[in-house]
Amino acid sequence: MTLKEIASHLNLEIITGGDHLSLEVKDGYTSDLLSDVIAHAPPACLWITLQIHVNIVAVAKLKDLAGIVIVNGRQPDEETKQKAREERIPLLLTKETAFRISGRLYQLLAKGR
Amino acid sequence: MNRQDEFIQTFTIWGRDFSRAGSVSTEIKEILQEIGVPSSIVRRVAIASYEAEMNVVMYAHKGELILTLNPETIKIEVEDKGQGIEDIELAMQEGYSTATEEMREMGFGAGMGLPNIKKNADVFIITSTPGVGTYLKMLFYLDNEKAK
Repeated sequence: MTLKEIASHLNLEIITGGDHLSLEVKDGYTSDLLSDVIAHAPPACLWITLQIHVNIVAVAKLKDLAGIVIVNGRQPDEETKQKAREERIPLLLTKETAFRISGRLYQLLAKGR
Repeated sequence: MNRQDEFIQTFTIWGRDFSRAGSVSTEIKEILQEIGVPSSIVRRVAIASYEAEMNVVMYAHKGELILTLNPETIKIEVEDKGQGIEDIELAMQEGYSTATEEMREMGFGAGMGLPNIKKNADVFIITSTPGVGTYLKMLFYLDNEKAK
């Protein structure tokens, strides 16, 4: 399923990377520890986190992630948005908790299999 | 020792520069992808070099990363000027961290940095002088026989 379809199904607000949503998302990864994401997130997955600072973009870029979903209605820093635009990393927002949005993404991806 | 078939590039890493943190590792990843290093090796190098880079950003004033490539090996050395490590054995333990509360809130300080490097490099050597700095060397073999 493409990131665009996922964003529309899960009602995610697209902050940056709106023209990079055609990538196929195969998996998700939920974590707020950057070392954990670096070590264990599968490539082309959608990363769900409450972190909003600029380093999440570097992590997503280094790991070739499909995008970042920021939970709990948190707003990323201006620096984070700027960096995400530069690096073409999709940043998406949801008001839902990490647990709920992970569950919904899991169901969505399972259906697509 | 300078070999004909060797490629060497040096990168500077600045302490506390969180906005550029990770850019050196990303650049290394791109170099390796460009010359056709297998993706399984690129992934391991990326994890280890990111952790080494972040350690400089978090705990040192300034560091230098030297990437040396030859047909057999990828070598990454990182030398920094900074607080150093008092007890390396302790620092190597998963979950142990001296990160500040602020760094932890940012999602750093999981105590996974050095263990992640050890897990991903074929050879990992670290030496440190408290109050002076830290040197680490990692090797990744391109030859399947020796590689992890």
